[in-house]
Amino acid sequence: MLFKLSLKNIRKSFKDYAIYFFTLILGVAIFYIFNALDSQTVMMNVSSNTRDIIKLMTNLLSGVSVFIAFILGFLIIYASRFLIKRRKKEFGIYLTLGMSKRKISMILFVETLFIGIISLVVGLAIGIILSQFMSILVANMFEADLTKFTFIFSNSSFIKTLIYFGIMYLFVMIFNTINVSRCKLIDLIHGSKKSEKIKLKNPIICIIIFIISSCILGYAYYLVTNGINSLANAVEIFKPIIMGAVSTFLIFWSLSGLILKIVMSMKKLYYRGLNSFTLRQLSSKINTTVVSMTIICLMLFVTICVLSSALSIKNSMTHNLKTLAPADVEFYKTLDLTEEIANSNWRYNINMIEDSKISARETLEKLDYDIDKYLKDIIEFNTYSTDDILIKDTLGSYYDEAHRLYPLADFNAKEEFIKLSDYNKIARLFNLDELSLNDDEYIIIADYEQTNIMRNESLKLNTPITLLGKTYSPKYDKVINGFYHMSSNHMNTGIFIVPDNAVDESIRIQSVIIGNYNVKIEKEKENIENIVRSIESHPYASMTNLQTATKLHIYESSVGLGAMVTFIGIYLGIIFLISSAAILALKELSESTDNKERFIVLRKIGTDEKSLNKALFNQIAIFFMFPLLIAIIHSVFGIKFCNYILSSFGTNQLLPSIIMTASVIVIIYGGYFLITYICSKNIIKDR
Amino acid sequence: MENILKVENIEKYYGNKSSLTKAIDNICFEVEKGEFVAIMGASGSGKTTLLNCLSTIDKVTSGHIYISGIDITKLKGNDLNKFRREYLGFIFQDFNLLDTLTAYENIALALSIQNINFSQIDKKIKSVAAQLNISDCLDKYPYQMSGGQKQRVASARAIITEPKLVLADEPTGALDSKSAKMLLERFEILNSELEATILMVTHDAFTASYASRVIFIKDGKIFNEINKGESSRKEFFDKIIDVVTLLGGDLSDVI
Repeated sequence: MLFKLSLKNIRKSFKDYAIYFFTLILGVAIFYIFNALDSQTVMMNVSSNTRDIIKLMTNLLSGVSVFIAFILGFLIIYASRFLIKRRKKEFGIYLTLGMSKRKISMILFVETLFIGIISLVVGLAIGIILSQFMSILVANMFEADLTKFTFIFSNSSFIKTLIYFGIMYLFVMIFNTINVSRCKLIDLIHGSKKSEKIKLKNPIICIIIFIISSCILGYAYYLVTNGINSLANAVEIFKPIIMGAVSTFLIFWSLSGLILKIVMSMKKLYYRGLNSFTLRQLSSKINTTVVSMTIICLMLFVTICVLSSALSIKNSMTHNLKTLAPADVEFYKTLDLTEEIANSNWRYNINMIEDSKISARETLEKLDYDIDKYLKDIIEFNTYSTDDILIKDTLGSYYDEAHRLYPLADFNAKEEFIKLSDYNKIARLFNLDELSLNDDEYIIIADYEQTNIMRNESLKLNTPITLLGKTYSPKYDKVINGFYHMSSNHMNTGIFIVPDNAVDESIRIQSVIIGNYNVKIEKEKENIENIVRSIESHPYASMTNLQTATKLHIYESSVGLGAMVTFIGIYLGIIFLISSAAILALKELSESTDNKERFIVLRKIGTDEKSLNKALFNQIAIFFMFPLLIAIIHSVFGIKFCNYILSSFGTNQLLPSIIMTASVIVIIYGGYFLITYICSKNIIKDR
Repeated sequence: MENILKVENIEKYYGNKSSLTKAIDNICFEVEKGEFVAIMGASGSGKTTLLNCLSTIDKVTSGHIYISGIDITKLKGNDLNKFRREYLGFIFQDFNLLDTLTAYENIALALSIQNINFSQIDKKIKSVAAQLNISDCLDKYPYQMSGGQKQRVASARAIITEPKLVLADEPTGALDSKSAKMLLERFEILNSELEATILMVTHDAFTASYASRVIFIKDGKIFNEINKGESSRKEFFDKIIDVVTLLGGDLSDVI
């Protein structure tokens, strides 16, 4: 009997449940897809390095999944609360008929069970189908060739999805039971009749709070953009975040009162058509939903930032690689280790002291790697540094200012020097500009934007340096773009190019060999690469601090890293987007009962259908657009901030990713908006 | 006198052939301009169905209804809305005010959906509010007003568009006797001063006694019709009570 009732209820209220179902199915499908990534990559033909990154990625993704499960769990509980609210009258009738609360809880229990099972089945089915397409994306991201299509079913992800959503539904059932047991019959029966008290806020207080919160927000914006360097440490980044969140709340709070007040004073506009009705509808809702509006706005903001940054990282990284890893391989080792350094730095140990006295070439010989056989275009050189010249010394009179602006930077680090002739060899190989110097001049090469700003300031001041008793002054008033160490990012914070006779071997610090693989065809490179990688397992490897950077390795890790960030970004972004859109949609629909009565009144006094629909559309559109608009304003600054953080990856490709993000938002958010509008229209239509 | 409402042989059936309910069974009557007509009947007599048909909310099964010469049984879709907006004013038992709007805005809405500009709206609301004695509660929300005030606000909304016909469905149904009396006195004023034509459905004899003519309905048919004529309200009320007594069933029904 109860079973039948539940089933009928679901079928009857399918229209109301539609968006809830839709969201659940989407949630299940996405959850499955991202947890199934693991099994999809198993089939791919990728190197062990990439395999490691994929492993890291799937571990991270399963961590993120726990977080996602919490978000979805809250969403589902929130949604079911709305649905219960909508059915108050129905429960009231059951109670007056003498049904016990326990039985009503049972009805809800069975309903949740049904919904759970159906959404899981459909969601998993969709997830399994979509994950096949995901394979193509994954292969594309990791630049692996997908030679043959195989149907992949991830058992572990399947079970994980079942367990996670099972727990979520269990919580919903418990929550529903509590919710029902707390209901009073009188409230249930008169549930819809209770009219909400509308209190207009004092406009002066609204204006004051609006101005104050705008100022706070402006300051937070400033902190994450221009004033970013005044943030002394990582914890301080929470300052603008908290300020932003609080001021967002206050802005919603004050704007809801303010906008109404402003439009009301524009009498001609206010009393045109259904404007007064639409506006009152909105303001009555915004009054009660400021908190959820704030949360939605912030979630949208995170979505936009995460999506656009994640999408751009991958592009920029692959784009950078061609210029940042121009040669096939680089060997480098620190020379002349002292006992003190060997003990204090985790990279070294006592055993390496002996080896640190010989050059990289000699070390490679001990490692049985014949560089003349395997490499061509070889450049061998040393770099130099001395305790006499620290970063703070090279900043000259700009140091005090720099220290104030960048309290985090290590100004006591030693500067690094390269002979001009060595650098020009590198420049030729790397396709960089060759340089020339007078005997008393130096040049700084760098490519890390943040330190460039600082270095340019001191170069403008014509700051001289004194190296081994001789004084040099800058040739240019700004840093020159360049580097010698291959990496996936722009990370060169500054290297001094000095005349060849400016340094001697007493202050040498690193021995470096850069070269290309000595092969005729591209395919053979892999063999040499494997030999290079096998150096690690040579018995002598533990005796030396020699390190290797190969183009292929850098390429693979950065492609992998890019893909990883992209996947996690997409995962989080889409779940956030769905959650916020679903909350808005459910809120709007759950109020449609009240709206329905209002629209019936409007119809009775003779409003035509067209203006009714228009009023409804405006109402929902504004309700959806308001948080999005503020989120977009936030994002302008948020993306700038992300840009700053990620600037070493190079973010020259931001525009396409912003376009991508915008289209994702338009599709998902817009989709929810349209469904909400259509459903609401149906609700107010039937009499 | 001009005919505002002309009802010609209307019928309204519910159900199918096997179990047919005649909610309205061949009713004809006319209402002239400036009249204040009450329709009385017990629950289930068909008076609300009749009002729904007159107000174009429901459709008749057969027959014609002419309001100001327009056959409303032939109207469809947005024409119906337009007609309702421009020709009719409604007063409901449960007020049907929008709870999110103030009294002023509720009244203004009836005009603003006709795209009338604000200066005119303001002038009209002020004068109607004075006539209905609600000037001081114009800025209140429905939940802040008493039932009587709400119903007068609803009446203001109904007549502000200067409709050809005001339809009132049990306007005093949710009011206490004092508020009911005050509302009905206002109806009299609207009727006499503004020459509003009012058709009111009620089951309450006291309410009906304010009308100039009462039509009684029983089982979907017109049972009787009495005019106030020159008699006082007290006499008219007694007459109505007499008919109501008959309406409940005559001696032949008591076994």
